[in-house]
Formats: sequence, structure tokens, C-alpha cells
Amino acid sequence: MSRLRRRLEHAWRPFRRSSRTSRVLIFVGLGIATFFVLVAFVGPTVYRYSGVQYRVEVAPEEFESLPQLAPPDDEHPFGTTRDNFDVLARVIGGAQLALSVMILAVAFGMVIGVSLGLASGYRGGRLDRVLVTGMDAVYAFPPLLLAIIVSFLLAAYIEPGVLSAAGAVGLVYIPQYFRVVRNHTLSVKEEPFVEAARSLGAKERTILGRYVFFNVVQSVPVILTLNAADAILTLAALGFLGYGVQPPTPEWGYDISQAQSDVASGVWWTAFWPGVAIVLLVTGLTLLGEGLNDVINPLLRARGAAGREIGEPPGDEDQSDRDADAQRDAEPIDSGAENR
Amino acid sequence: MSETALDVRDLRVAYRTARGPLWAVDGVDLQVHPGESLGLVGESGCGKSSLGRALMELMPPGGVVRGSARIAGQEVVGASGSALRHLRGEEVALIFQEPMSRLNPLMRVSDHFVEAIRAHRPKVAKEKARSMGREALAQMGIPPTRVDNYPHEFSGGMRQRIMIAMGIVLRPRLIIADEPTTSLDVIVEAQILDILDRLRRDEQMGMILITHNLGIVAETCDRVLVMYAGKVVEQGTVEQVFNTPKHPYTRGLMASTISLETTELHSIDGYPPDLVSPPPGCRFAPRCPYRMDHCTDAVPEYAEPEPGQLAACYLYPGAGAPVPDDAPQPGSMEPSR
Repeated sequence: MSRLRRRLEHAWRPFRRSSRTSRVLIFVGLGIATFFVLVAFVGPTVYRYSGVQYRVEVAPEEFESLPQLAPPDDEHPFGTTRDNFDVLARVIGGAQLALSVMILAVAFGMVIGVSLGLASGYRGGRLDRVLVTGMDAVYAFPPLLLAIIVSFLLAAYIEPGVLSAAGAVGLVYIPQYFRVVRNHTLSVKEEPFVEAARSLGAKERTILGRYVFFNVVQSVPVILTLNAADAILTLAALGFLGYGVQPPTPEWGYDISQAQSDVASGVWWTAFWPGVAIVLLVTGLTLLGEGLNDVINPLLRARGAAGREIGEPPGDEDQSDRDADAQRDAEPIDSGAENR
Repeated sequence: MSETALDVRDLRVAYRTARGPLWAVDGVDLQVHPGESLGLVGESGCGKSSLGRALMELMPPGGVVRGSARIAGQEVVGASGSALRHLRGEEVALIFQEPMSRLNPLMRVSDHFVEAIRAHRPKVAKEKARSMGREALAQMGIPPTRVDNYPHEFSGGMRQRIMIAMGIVLRPRLIIADEPTTSLDVIVEAQILDILDRLRRDEQMGMILITHNLGIVAETCDRVLVMYAGKVVEQGTVEQVFNTPKHPYTRGLMASTISLETTELHSIDGYPPDLVSPPPGCRFAPRCPYRMDHCTDAVPEYAEPEPGQLAACYLYPGAGAPVPDDAPQPGSMEPSR
């Protein structure tokens, strides 16, 4: 039990030592992201309409359409669309789709990018040459154009849905992971400790898995969070252009494109709410990414902590907390002398 | 214990360069017996480290090893990957310079031990491996309680001792120490040399000490090999080589070090030769103060001016050419100290 607590405390420490700004960033970002997760996965069970519902069954075999373009009121808090859909239900459904596509796309891009990057950097030679050229070619494409092409191609093989959208969006990110991981692998594999491991008889697999991989992956989480935000935008753009998932599946970008003509006639709610959702979620994920970047990268973290040290007069309650922390870190060689 | 720990015959190491192969080590023969300590000295770039690495086939891409090197009877040159993995760590340990970055910063010291041990003895339980590691660390004077710390929590000297502990935990027959104390201060250096010395005596390990620090060699080694431009120019016991150096290069090397008795410091004029196209004959000839006309004709063979002391120099009979009468005699040379 105490072991678990120590572990947790250890994991928590970078957060405590990071600057206040990055902590605020993380918590705001995390709050927004959590909110959307709740909306997406708890919302449908609570809210009475579903995203593709255009009529209600008032009596057996007797249906009543939802109102068309009704302004927000108690019955439909966000109003309804031209196609008799409830906007709030569409936003909820869109959140579900956006989050699933984001997770799948980022996972897809990361797994493929990281493993190709490792292989390319570690093996080197012709494989490296071929992969680097290939990735550069992919990178040279405008991301959106590439995503459209891929979603076309994928549509020929699988039903357009979450998977195909995730594939199209995720492919765009492979080169980012690939580049970072490959370059990092190139430098880590020349580290003296890799040679030392080899001199003690370590297998190549061990070296790649335990020595290179773990020294390389630390650069991945930051790309990951920033890509996650980007994935939402790419998906929305695909949907807006009509290449996302199959209509009428609720999708924010598609909904906005459908609402274009409404705006001119004074109907603001059909485009406004999906738009707000996109902006909020992307902002939240970006904040989370930036904050994590500060926390994970010790150099940035140290800078934040140093700034705080100077900025605050001694005797601050937060300061004593940090003192104790520094003391614990410095033990036993130098008990907190650096703070005096 | 008559079997040699290391038997090297005509070892050559080449690196691929744009101008053709560079022979960093060019035909070296040497033997190390169990419990014996051999010093390998020479200036930077003479092939000392290349030789050490070649003995484990730890060559960077573009490096080639030729000839023969047998560690405890097993051939290293051209051995298969699995045979090499078996040799490394189990039969021969390499202790590197720059200990600061030789441990994986993400792994606890104990995990390093567990991994090194289990790579060779997969059946050893983790706990057992851990306690073996603790024992080896205690031998090096590192408190066993610190076995679960991360590398950054140790000083440079401690890290070097950890590396040595990892090297010897499987009781190899041969330790190759490549400038083990270069980046460490004198006190730590003395400690580490002391440890290596003790290991050699207690465990009867053979040891090769690669260094450019002649003082260390004088202190810890039984025999010395002096390398110049990829070749061994002189070898003998420590007393022979240090007190009566025969090869002009060794003399120059001795004259360029400081000791308590030195009054003057001398340097060897010129620079080491380009190893892609080495000078003909004796490679030291262009810089040699005793150069004779026939020095550049052919590579000198090893003359034995004193029993057990070999020098590749035409100043001594037996190097492959008659010694002219007016050749400078060893006694008439510069006093080395």
C-alpha cells in the first residue's frame, strides 16, 4: 500500500515542481477534455434524443416529426436543424465520433510511426533511406489533401465510418512520429551505454527494447497531445468537405457545412453549437499538450520553477512545500543547501 | 593455469575511409596469461583502443578485423553473433573510458546487473541475480543498499566502479580496461587501479590496461607493449621498458613525461603518420632522431636486445639488417629521465 503511495507521489512530483502556468494549462485542458468525454459517453444515456432522430413515437405506430429549425427552447436547448434533428443531440453524437476517431487516429499514427522510426533509425542502411524518402513524400503533401485521398482509397475497401476516418486522419501523422523517433534513435544508439550493454553480451532485441526504445519514447507524448488536437480539426475539415463519415452520422464539420445556408436567414444555432464544440475541444487538448510539454521536459520545468523561486518572497506557504521537496530530492548528499 | 587468457596473432583492424582502408592496427601479436597485467601504451590514434575493441569485435560500422584473437581458446575474429554474445561479459569484460554515460539512465543499477547476468545465465532467478550484483558492488566498496538507485545518483568514480562490478560479476578470464581512469581524479584513480590489481591477483584474471598514462602502467602492470602507428614497436617487462627503453620512440615517450627526477622535458618532433598511406619501412623513421638510410627500406623485425625485451628497430642486431658501426649506441643516447 505504502509502495503504491510512493509510486503515486513519485509520478506526481514533476507536476508539483512544474510552474504554476503549466499546471493551470494542464488542469484547464484536462477539465475540458474530461467534460467532452463525459458528454460523449454519458450524454447519450441522459439526453432524450439521439443524434439521428428526426421524429418521436408519441403513440404506438404514430410518429410526430421534430420541429424544423426551431430556436433554442426548453424542449430543444440548442434548437433543431433543417433536417428535424436536435442540435444538442447532434453535438453529443459528434463528440463521441470525434473522440473515437481521435483516439484511433492518434494510436494508429503513433504505433506505425514509432515502430517504423525505431526500425529505420536502428537498422539504418537502405531501409532507412527508403523510409525517410517515403515519409518525406508523405510529409510534402498538404495534410488535408492527403487525408481526402486516403479516405477515398479506404472507402473502396471498408465502409466509411469511424475506422476509415481514423485511418485517413492518422496516416497524416505517421511522418511526425517517424521523424522524431528516427532522429532520436540515431543519436541514442550511439550512446556509450548502448555499447556498454553490447560489451556485456546484450542481445540486439534487448538493446532495442530496453535501451533505445525507452530513451526515445519520451519525445512521443508531446507530439501525441498536439496531434490529438489537430486530429479533431482534420476530421472536422474532412466532414465539412463531405469526405468524413457517412451522413447522417452526427459529425461537427458536416453539421456546420449543412448549416451554411441557415446563417443567412438568421438561424445561428445550427452552426454555432458544433463550432463552439470544435473550438472548445481543440483548445482544451492544445492546452493539455502545452502543459504536458512543460511538465515532461525537465529543462522547461526547471525554467518554470526558477522563475517562481525569484518571483515569490520567502515565507510563502508554497515555498516551504517546495523546500521540503527539494530537500527530499537532494538527500543525502546535499540536504537542501541549494535553496539557501 | 598454463592456458593463455588471450592469444592474439597478426591482428589487423581497418576502417573504411573515403581514401581507402585505414589500418589502425597492423599486425599485432600479444599474449596475456591468467593473472598477468599487460599495459598497452602509445599516443592518441596509435590503435590502442581499436585493438581493445577488436578483441570483442565491437567494431563500429565500416570497421574490419583480420587475423586471430583467441580468448580462453575461443576464436573471436569472425565468430558468430551468438558466440560473440556468449564471450562478451562471460569470458571478457571491457571497461570503458567516460564512465558517466555508460549506464542506461532509465534503469536502476540492480536492473543492469539482472540483465547482464540473465543474458548469460537465463536460469538465474531475478532475486539471485540481484544479490550477485549486491555482492559485486560490495566488493567495489559501494554500499549494497544503493543497488536500487539510478545511475544519476552516483558520482563518476562510483559509476566506474559499478561498470567494473558489472564486468566482473560473471568472473571473466580477461578484463580489457580502456583508459579506465581518464576522466577521474587521482584518488578515485588510485582506488580503481587498486581494485583492478586485487581482482587480477585474487581471481587470476588476465588484464589489458590501455592508457597513455605511463605512471599507471609502471604502477600496475607486469609487461608493457608500446604501440606506434598501429604496430607494436617495443615490448618487455615494466622494468626493462621503463629503465632501459630500446626503441627510439619509447625513449621519446619516456623523455616527454614528468617524474620527480626530471630536469628537462622533451617532445618528439613531428606528427604521427597518416595511416591510410603509412611511410615505407619503419613507421617512426620520419620522426626518429637516430634515422639511418636503410630504415625506410623495409619494416624492421623484432630484435631482442635483452632477453624478453623486443624492439622493432635497426639499431639492434636481429632486426633484419646489419647494424652499422657508427650507429648510435643505447648508452650514448639522451638520458631518459
